[in-house]
Amino acid sequence: MLKLILRRLLGMIPILFIIITLTFFLLRFAPGNPFANEKAFPPKVIQELNKQYGLDKPLYIQYINYISELTKGNLGPSTRYAGKTVSEIIGEHLPTSLLLGLIAYGFALIVGVSIGIISSLRQNSAVDYFSMAVAMLGISVPSFVLGPLLVIVFSLTLFWLPPARWGEPKHLILPALTLSGVYIAYIARLTRSGMLEVLRADYIRTARAKGLAESVVVLRHALRGGIIPVVSFTGPALTFLLAGTIVVEKIFAVPGLGRIFIEAANSRDYFLVMGLTLFVSTVLVVMNLLVDIIIGLLDPRISYK
Amino acid sequence: MNQPVSATVVEEKQLVVGTSLWQDAWRRLKKNKLAVFGAIVLIIIVAASIFVPIFSSYSYDQINLDKSSEPPSLEHWFGTDQLGRDILVRSLIGGRISLMVGVIATAVSFVIGVTYGAISGYFGGYIDELMMRIVDVIYSLPYLFLVIVLLAFFTKSIFMLFFVLGAVSWLTMARIVRGQVLSIKNQEFIEAARAVGVETPMIIFRHVVPNTLGPVIVYTTLTIPSAMLSEAFLSFLGLGVQPPLASWGTMVNEGVEAISVYPWQLIFPGLMMAITLFSLNFLGDGLRDALDPQMRKD
Amino acid sequence: MAKSNSAILSVRNLQTHFYGDGAVVKAVDGVSFDLKLGETLGIVGESGSGKSVTNLSILRLIPYPPGKIVGGEVIFDNKDLMKIPENEIRRIRGKRIAMIFQDPMTSLNPFMKIGAQLMEITQLHEGLNNSQARKKAIEMLELVGIADASRRIDDYSHQFSGGMRQRVMIAMALSCKPELLIADEPTTALDVTIQAQILELIKGLKEKIGTSVILITHDLGIVAGMTDHTGVMYAGKIVEYAPTEELFSNPHHPYTKGLLKSVPDPLIEQKKLFQIPGLPPDLSNLPKGCPFSPRCSSATTQCQEFPPIRQINAEHYSACWLEN
Repeated sequence: MLKLILRRLLGMIPILFIIITLTFFLLRFAPGNPFANEKAFPPKVIQELNKQYGLDKPLYIQYINYISELTKGNLGPSTRYAGKTVSEIIGEHLPTSLLLGLIAYGFALIVGVSIGIISSLRQNSAVDYFSMAVAMLGISVPSFVLGPLLVIVFSLTLFWLPPARWGEPKHLILPALTLSGVYIAYIARLTRSGMLEVLRADYIRTARAKGLAESVVVLRHALRGGIIPVVSFTGPALTFLLAGTIVVEKIFAVPGLGRIFIEAANSRDYFLVMGLTLFVSTVLVVMNLLVDIIIGLLDPRISYK
Repeated sequence: MNQPVSATVVEEKQLVVGTSLWQDAWRRLKKNKLAVFGAIVLIIIVAASIFVPIFSSYSYDQINLDKSSEPPSLEHWFGTDQLGRDILVRSLIGGRISLMVGVIATAVSFVIGVTYGAISGYFGGYIDELMMRIVDVIYSLPYLFLVIVLLAFFTKSIFMLFFVLGAVSWLTMARIVRGQVLSIKNQEFIEAARAVGVETPMIIFRHVVPNTLGPVIVYTTLTIPSAMLSEAFLSFLGLGVQPPLASWGTMVNEGVEAISVYPWQLIFPGLMMAITLFSLNFLGDGLRDALDPQMRKD
Repeated sequence: MAKSNSAILSVRNLQTHFYGDGAVVKAVDGVSFDLKLGETLGIVGESGSGKSVTNLSILRLIPYPPGKIVGGEVIFDNKDLMKIPENEIRRIRGKRIAMIFQDPMTSLNPFMKIGAQLMEITQLHEGLNNSQARKKAIEMLELVGIADASRRIDDYSHQFSGGMRQRVMIAMALSCKPELLIADEPTTALDVTIQAQILELIKGLKEKIGTSVILITHDLGIVAGMTDHTGVMYAGKIVEYAPTEELFSNPHHPYTKGLLKSVPDPLIEQKKLFQIPGLPPDLSNLPKGCPFSPRCSSATTQCQEFPPIRQINAEHYSACWLEN
């Protein structure tokens, strides 16, 4: 197991290298530069700025410099937020996004899995049809529509929660709810279909024939196999969760990494965009590894060789 | 019963199954009320977004500052936006754009995915290994972020959207087609075609690909709503469709800013998008159940 | 052994139907039989004849929907199992009536250790604690002939071969010393050499523990060596029931005769194997009268009417109009 993890971690390096190289040249070949938008600067100042950030050197030198700085753990300076390094900016805004994402996904897991189990046990009942229709609605209503609708209902009509504030725990509720909507829907559907498949299996009949109570049959015998599709989904879901945070942070004025990323992209902040892309890629690759490990723990038939 | 007789019986049976597969699927689809409902709603929305803007007395970019942000009325059913443009017409134009992006991006992903998957699966061996390895690597890219970067740094044109969204959604298609091809290519009728000297590309596209159609159609119908969602998401962030052209994403984005005063500016395009995606998803689910009873997740 | 002649289980006119696509499949359509204490009853039939459904119905293990037990009674220990509440039948399942199934590959939970699956049954029914249950589980595994049981108890089912898995299933089923063991095609999925071992194991443990057994199979050869009585099922009904020896030496129903004829005899070289013509009937659309009549060479116009089950001699019953 340890060997596998080590090998997978080593396998990450070429993938991350490809991502770095791809993004680096993609950005540099795009028209414009970090200071082109700020027309107030005279050409001389721009020249000075380019020199300051090392952008005046030939491209391949810049690339080598970037890589060598990277190996020292230095992600470079930000051009958009002058005077700050990319690492500082990530460190500053990451906790917010992380908190939001974890709460939303945790909530989605609990609610989605519960709905999925109930639906699978009451297959083709009114409860099942209703929850699956709601789940389909959840998949069809994107977060940037759900969020504003929640604001209209809970903030502007019922006055329960503030629309766009950040700082207190209760300010987390609407953003987390918005973010989790789609995942509740997906997880409920995946759990339901996974459970239905497992509940049809012969070993569930065996468990019932032993005289076990239905709750034991479901929770001890069926859930472990039925939940595997949900675990596999967590890898790709994370990509969308990150995208979702961008939207939610925009709607609810949450000072997270998503907004920083959009601003960095729009202002052509080379180092910040690179750093964030690299960071996100690393998170994704690590998460996928984690998912594989969890599936391996859940399903003893999968052997690592 | 002797050998030849029983063999013909089996053949006849398969023949019957073969011809009635599509009819069977059609019958199952018609029985699925939600899918039929989805199809009807979809037809209405498509028809409306094609014809209503043509016959309406308003156009999507006709600015009328005297009528800025008016609530829904008989004159403007969905109200007007901050520049006094008719929200109904803009929502329907948004629908056109959205559906177009969905269909074209899906077509792009279809062509790339089917070709790639068919080649990989048909040749197998090292070629397959290498091609699937590439897919694995691309899979691990945070593609939404790359899309954002691409759109922000290059042009924010609608053609870029077609290309970018198509280019990121072909991966799953390629995997599905490859899997199907792998299971089909060793069946006897392919051997037979090869034995009588049919050329390789001919075998792939004439004999193998048509037999992978079921799952491919299913995945295609589910790609359309997801491409539409991506378009709306990017437009919402200001990276997709650019004004004065309307898209559900941009309209919702504009609506959010005035959410407390003019909520209809957000609600109508938002609901319209939700209803469209809802119908598409139900239809896709129905098609999946109808075309592939084994995949059925009932 | 005073009660040796009394029935431990009486099934009366059991009916289990499946509903789907507007059709009703009468998988079990009026089955009756008695199982005497300590005996082994064989139930033979083609696939789809309703033999498995009959036995799943006894423990009410038919999934609803689509299946439903629509009529009849199953008397066990003076109680009708069809009428007692759910929690009461759960106390019978696994403890007093245990089952083993056809496919040992899929009948064990692949996600749980063998030990946990064995232990939960004695913890549930006998109230054993963890270490007692573990000890018992090892004991049972040794009993069914699994070598190195104290180590293998922590293995998962995929680490066992098919025959070994069926042994584990048997160990599990017999953990609580059930009064009745229902074995549903216990050897069908196994190699021929393993089949004999498993059957011997069941036979031996039956003596040792003193359980009565219902053995479901499509293989007449198994019935011959294992059972005291045999019922032959066709289209959801028992069409013939007799002491096993009598059934083999003096079959009455044309279907039974056909089955017996289609068993190849290795001692006689046969040019062609005998085969009952036609296919088993569609259970949602049964022919009028005797369901076997369209395939029966002795069918007469009388067969348009359903033949009642009648006594041929002391313990021999058959549902056929034929005189002899």
